[in-house]
Amino acid sequence: MAETIEELVGKEYKYGFTTDIEADTIPPGLSEDVVRTISKKKNEPEWLTEWRLKAYRAWLTMEEPHWSNLKYPPINYQSLSYYSAPKQAKKLNSLNEVDPILLETYEKLGISLTEQKRLSGIAVDAVFDSVSVATTFKETLKEKGIIFCSFSDAVQEHPDLVKKYLGSVVPYSDNFFAALNSAVFSDGSFCYIPKGVRCPMELSTYFRINASNTGQFERTLIIADEGAYVSYLEGCTAPMRDENQLHAAVVELIALEKAEVKYSTVQNWYAGDKDGKGGIYNFVTKRGKCAGAYSKISWTQVETGSAITWKYPSVILLGDNSIGEFYSVAVVNNRQDADTGTKMQHIGKNTRSTIVSKGISAGRGNNTYRGLVNIGKNATNSRNYTQCDSMLIGNKCSANTFPYIEVKNSTSSVEHEASTSKIGEDQIFYCKQRGINTENAISMIINGFAKEVFKNLPMEFAVEAQKLLGISLEGSVG
Amino acid sequence: MIEIKNLHAKVAGREILKGINLNVKAGEVHAIMGPNGSGKSTLAQVLSGHPAYEVTDGHVLFEGQDLLDMEPEKRAHAGVFLAFQYPVEIPGVSNSYFLKAGLNEIRKSRGEEELDSMQFLKLLKEKMKIVEMDSSFINRPVNEGFSGGEKKRNEILQMAVLEPKLAILDETDSGLDIDALKIVAEGVNKLKSPKNATIVVTHYQRLLNYIVPDFVHVLVNGRIVKSGGKELALELEANGYDFIKEELLQSV
Repeated sequence: MAETIEELVGKEYKYGFTTDIEADTIPPGLSEDVVRTISKKKNEPEWLTEWRLKAYRAWLTMEEPHWSNLKYPPINYQSLSYYSAPKQAKKLNSLNEVDPILLETYEKLGISLTEQKRLSGIAVDAVFDSVSVATTFKETLKEKGIIFCSFSDAVQEHPDLVKKYLGSVVPYSDNFFAALNSAVFSDGSFCYIPKGVRCPMELSTYFRINASNTGQFERTLIIADEGAYVSYLEGCTAPMRDENQLHAAVVELIALEKAEVKYSTVQNWYAGDKDGKGGIYNFVTKRGKCAGAYSKISWTQVETGSAITWKYPSVILLGDNSIGEFYSVAVVNNRQDADTGTKMQHIGKNTRSTIVSKGISAGRGNNTYRGLVNIGKNATNSRNYTQCDSMLIGNKCSANTFPYIEVKNSTSSVEHEASTSKIGEDQIFYCKQRGINTENAISMIINGFAKEVFKNLPMEFAVEAQKLLGISLEGSVG
Repeated sequence: MIEIKNLHAKVAGREILKGINLNVKAGEVHAIMGPNGSGKSTLAQVLSGHPAYEVTDGHVLFEGQDLLDMEPEKRAHAGVFLAFQYPVEIPGVSNSYFLKAGLNEIRKSRGEEELDSMQFLKLLKEKMKIVEMDSSFINRPVNEGFSGGEKKRNEILQMAVLEPKLAILDETDSGLDIDALKIVAEGVNKLKSPKNATIVVTHYQRLLNYIVPDFVHVLVNGRIVKSGGKELALELEANGYDFIKEELLQSV
């Protein structure tokens, strides 16, 4: 641990490189024509083109939400390009046909797309500038009947599943950013676990933004059929660029009866420099639906990157006895601004939800937890437990907590605990007196603070996340 | 081992230490006694490098090195250990993880090989016997939810693992019942060797029944006003600090 932090000193953001690759990018601007162009480029069926257009028309009537605690200059949606894809001659039949430059890019990011080299146990879908460039272990998974592929492939090969579930959790008219995504999304991951199948490996999507002046709009759809189980990981990085880049993704999870979906994110988009120049604007809609009885959806997120984060992974607890969980660590440093939390909508009887949110603010960062627990009239005997802890490092940062609680029946219970602490000089001194230097002391204290969340991450991810915290907070204590 | 010369220090703009002179050699146990507010704990904090205290004059040599010039962790690496009066809690960080990190940093600074988890655990378990620690302690978070006695025992355990050259015990007896006091004192005695030295900071003579000092110094108003052998502590116990203050007044 010690040497990793020291090693990382001075490296700042190590994923900030760009890849020089010829791309097929459409000119900036957004119109019905652009939506049609995207749909056509992807050879989509008529119903999907129509769906996109409906989303676009809905978007035109909507206004960008400003109820959050975030501060950023207005986004000019006409100045962005809505489609950029690395040029590839034809449809890929195997990984061997992937452009070596792309493979190299992912190697550099520590994501090997060569199956032999990979730790067995994780299948990866690599999304580069909105387009899926490779999916590993497809065949192995196929034997179990599991579909894991790019969203574009799913549209071509499994249109019935896509048609049935697309927009079933996040409708195209859900919110401003979801509508925008629905109109212009270019790719993403698709996953279907059939009845009674326990997915034998972790599935993961690795998102990479490369092109400049391009918005990234990917869409992920995961369906766990009755009694199925899947654990899904999502990682993301972007080059360091001076201008801000827009990322507006949608993730929909569906768990049918007795199914379980576990979704983990380590979000490490470029956060901008010390003075807040550059960085990703991350406006994401993530929502899961526990559609069947005894189903379970669990979100775990470690948010360390992005200049602006607007993200509320939520669970609709429709099935009786279903379970929703949200575990989050959000770190802001320098000028980063995060407004994140969750919504737990209890509709079914005996539904349970757990929320554990750990916010860490350093530098001039501003961190907001915003959460809604809504227990409906018919959701009798339901329970929620919420724990919201904030930690402040230094005295120029801030932390805010906005918990909203609505309970509409008398047999349910809600518990809310919150705390705010400051890393004390005394804690650091105590560590130093035992021989541990300041950087390592902070990293240790922070990791202790976030431990409850990290323990929910798959092993490799937990290690990655701990390192990330170290980097993100580098230099935050003078 | 340590030479303190004319040490002045202030905290929050107030001068607390007003010229401390003290020499401690290897193998010796020195007790620093004094009434509340005399500067005893300040001395302990200054020697270990707490950033809230500002040294305004004087110097401190530790084995020939300028101690005041060193960061707190470098002092720890050099072999200075402070048993805190109020040990700090670190939620979510286990005792063993914390202590292993500290020990390995110290070993690294000395060019020694770092211990792996198995080696460390073995060492920890041995040392835990010294202060009669229960094994559940290994995975509990640092000092969190510990009783006063447990916290103090934990300090001595850390000392046992880190094997400092100079241990400074800051009011280690405060808040301890007699049984805990005996365990802590016996722990300290077991760790004593001709190669290391101990400075015991205490208000009461009680602890010195168990940790017998070679020298006793009385600190009043930021200065050492009287030094002597262990019998000085008994004298203080019998007559209170007032008799020293009176002596001082008469000499003025």
